[in-house]
Amino acid sequence: MRIPDSQALLMIFLMAAITFLIRVLPFILFPGNKKTPSYILYLGKVLPYAVIGMLVVYCLKDVSPLTAPFCLPELLTVAAIAVVHVWKRNTLLSIGGGTILYMIFVQFVFI
Amino acid sequence: MKRKAFRAAFPLTLPVMAGYLFLGLGFGILLASKGYSCLWAFFMAVIIYAGSMQYAAIDLLAAGASLITTGIMTVAIQIRHLFYGLSLIEKYRHVGKKRWMMIYELTDETYSLVATSEPPEGVDTGWFYFFISLLDHSYWIAGCTLGALFGTLVKFNTKGVDFVMTALFIVLFINQWLDTKEHRPALIGVGSSVLCLILFGPDSFIVPAMLSILLILTIFRKTLDKEETTHADS
Repeated sequence: MRIPDSQALLMIFLMAAITFLIRVLPFILFPGNKKTPSYILYLGKVLPYAVIGMLVVYCLKDVSPLTAPFCLPELLTVAAIAVVHVWKRNTLLSIGGGTILYMIFVQFVFI
Repeated sequence: MKRKAFRAAFPLTLPVMAGYLFLGLGFGILLASKGYSCLWAFFMAVIIYAGSMQYAAIDLLAAGASLITTGIMTVAIQIRHLFYGLSLIEKYRHVGKKRWMMIYELTDETYSLVATSEPPEGVDTGWFYFFISLLDHSYWIAGCTLGALFGTLVKFNTKGVDFVMTALFIVLFINQWLDTKEHRPALIGVGSSVLCLILFGPDSFIVPAMLSILLILTIFRKTLDKEETTHADS
C-alpha cells in the first residue's frame, strides 16, 4: 500500500527544497552586504504587525460562521484570551488557559 | 555569550514547545497510521520542518501524488513564508553564517517570536534569535518522532489542542497592539485577510491576502512611514 521509498524520498526532498527556497528568496534578493532599499526597511517595520494579524486569520480560516456552532467556541476563546492577556500580561497563562478553555468547549460544551 | 543568549531565548519558546510537541505528536501518529516508521517522521521533521505542509505531505505520500502535484501544493501552502524573510532582512543582517540555518528554520511560529521580540540588554542578537529557531526546531523534531513511536499510547481526547498555535498568534498580536500607538498595519493585516477569506474561500485566500496587504502598505507608505524615515535614511 506504500509507494516505493525512492519516490517518497524524492517527494520529501522536493517539499523541503521548495520550502527552503521560499524562506530564503527575500535574503537572496536583498543581500546583507548591500544597502537595503528604504522600501524594504519600511516593510520590515510594518509587515510584522500585518503578518501576525494574517496568521491569526489563517489559523481560524476553516471555522464556519454559518453552521453550528457558529464560531462560538473560537469567538469566546479569543475574547477570553484577550481579556486575560490585557489584564495579566502573562503569555503562558493566556495561551495555556485559552487552549484548555477551547478544548473544554469543543469536547464538552459545543458538541 | 551563547549561554546568556540561550537563557534569554528559552522562556520565550515555551508556548511553541507546547504547541509543537502536540502538533508534532499528531503528525507522527497520522504518518505512522499510513505505515511509515518513526525514522520517516524524524527525517521529515528535520528536513521539511513545516507544520501544515507536513500534514499535507501525509496525504500526498498516501495518495502517491506526482512530483508536479507535490510541487504545486508546496508552493501554495508555503508561499506566505515569503513575507517572513522580507521583514527580517535587517534583523538577520549581521548574524553571520548561522543565518542560513535560521532562515531554514523560519516557520510561522519562529517568525512570530523573532519578529515580536528583542534580545534583553547585553545579549547577543544573532545567538538570541538562533536559539529561538533551534529550540523550536528541536521541539518539532521531538514531537514528530515521539508521535510516530508512541502516538498510539495517547489515550486522552486531544481534540482542540491545536488551538495552542492560534492562541500564541493572538497573544503576540495583542502584545504588538499594546506596544505601539500605530495600529493601522495590524488592522490592514486582519482586514485584508478577512476580506480575502470571504471573497476567495479558505483554500485560496492567502495569496490575494498577501498581495492586498503589500499593496495597501505600499500605497499608504507616506503616512505610515512618517516618524521612522529619519532612522531609515540616516
